[in-house]
Amino acid sequence: MIQVLTFYLFASIMIAAGAFTILARNPVHSVLWLIVAFFNAAGLMVLAGAEFIAMLLVIVYVGAVAVLFLFVVMMLDIDFAELRAGFIKNFPLGLAVAVVLLAEIVLGMGAYRAGALELGTPDGSGAAPAGASNIEAIGALLYSKYLFLFEAAGIILLVAMVGAIVLTHRQRGGVRGQNIAQQIARRPEEAVVNTQPEVGKGVSL
Amino acid sequence: MTAFFQSLGMTYEWAWFIATIAGILLIALPLMLAVAMIIYVDRKVWAAMALRRGPNVVGPWGLLQSFADGLKVFLQETIVPSAANKGLFLIAPIITFTVALLAWAVIPFNSGAVLADLNVGLLYVLAISSLGVYGVVIAGWASNSKYPFFSAMRASAQMISYEVSIGFILICVVLWAGSFNLGAIVEAQKSHVGIINGFVANPLLFPMWVMFLISGMAETARAPFDLTEAESELVAGYQTEYSSMSFALYWLGEYANVLLMCALNAVLFFGGYLPPLDIPVLYLVPGWIWLFAKILFFFFIFSWVKATVPRYRYDQLMRLGWKVFLPVSLGFVVLVSGYLMLTRYGV
Repeated sequence: MIQVLTFYLFASIMIAAGAFTILARNPVHSVLWLIVAFFNAAGLMVLAGAEFIAMLLVIVYVGAVAVLFLFVVMMLDIDFAELRAGFIKNFPLGLAVAVVLLAEIVLGMGAYRAGALELGTPDGSGAAPAGASNIEAIGALLYSKYLFLFEAAGIILLVAMVGAIVLTHRQRGGVRGQNIAQQIARRPEEAVVNTQPEVGKGVSL
Repeated sequence: MTAFFQSLGMTYEWAWFIATIAGILLIALPLMLAVAMIIYVDRKVWAAMALRRGPNVVGPWGLLQSFADGLKVFLQETIVPSAANKGLFLIAPIITFTVALLAWAVIPFNSGAVLADLNVGLLYVLAISSLGVYGVVIAGWASNSKYPFFSAMRASAQMISYEVSIGFILICVVLWAGSFNLGAIVEAQKSHVGIINGFVANPLLFPMWVMFLISGMAETARAPFDLTEAESELVAGYQTEYSSMSFALYWLGEYANVLLMCALNAVLFFGGYLPPLDIPVLYLVPGWIWLFAKILFFFFIFSWVKATVPRYRYDQLMRLGWKVFLPVSLGFVVLVSGYLMLTRYGV
């Protein structure tokens, strides 16, 4: 009973938040609605018994990705009048994309209903061993059966990161950086000189 | 607690419901009181280190100072700047405050005395602490004012940077304990090195603790990393435009976060509710007293650092996070997992 109630609560809030994400006039509000949607998705994951995925969803999407979205969107200087002026111009394109997506969904569902898709029946090989928690089950699977795929994903991410750094990094001349090691290695003996100048003579450095 | 309410003749569902509500109140209300008193402690420690008296007028030894301050801000007018985004402006402090309370759900106060005994407890803490940045960022943006916005940008960059190294540090702890559950992590520390309870005595994890303490200060934007409210540069940071209760919520949330960091230090590295040494006599003292003593000890360290260390420069903060802590903690993940592979599971 309570599961059903919470499911409909999370699901309806998520769909509403998703709708508000595209309907909100202010892009910052859009991102915040998106975060609400992520949150409710995490709630649905908890209901499905996948608490590890739920936590990852919050950590990765809400804690990192959406913060970066928010970061970028807040920095933008958006002219709403200009945005709305482009509405009529881009309307046919948007409509075309929407129609294609709808057609794909209808076709996919139709094919599935007609039995054209063989999804196979679960043979129990993917089921978690009894008594093992979510994390243990995922870990045992990820580091044994899917080890190479997992590591390949890691390498792809690494390459993407290095690529992004190489593409955006530029060496600027004339920047005075700090060499912390050099600063720490400096001792009073090499930096301070005690002198006893005669009156009226002064010191030359 | 569910069993107790069941013994009063309730069905299991109702007993669980009432027990959970009671548990939430049992954590949240004392926490509020603790935050009020800890602000007083912070000011007193700070004053003592600066050879001042600190608050000493309201109540005996000034004990009621925080309540007087609370009453004062409560009676003040809440001012919303006319150019502010009103809804978000008011939601932001609520987010900060709520998030600061949420993570306490998984902190074990004694063996089995935990509100939500999640098997992903530590991930939950990470997830909740990663939300803390929203209160600040939204405040900075919704204020529609220069300095809060700068502060929000700084805060988000700072928190995200240090969360990365905190994540790696926590992975070392989790690898050693073999569980994400905070209660199981505490139990794994029992007589860890000789008779000492706590991962901190472990030579491989001691550097992790030092880094966790420093990262915790950066994550909660405490001095010396309080660049988000650097008054010499940013007026009062992201809370510049806030007044009255909305300001007080930031204040309370901030200190609740600091207390949470202290509690995490205690739970992850100092054996949580276990006594410091594995001697039967020490187990006569209830576990929650040990935990509170450890939290207070860490809070003293936080206040001590605040009173003695000058504020970092922003580029130094970023350098420390990305160029020192990240590689070192990553190296330790490899080291710890390698050591465990060698000793526990064989090569």
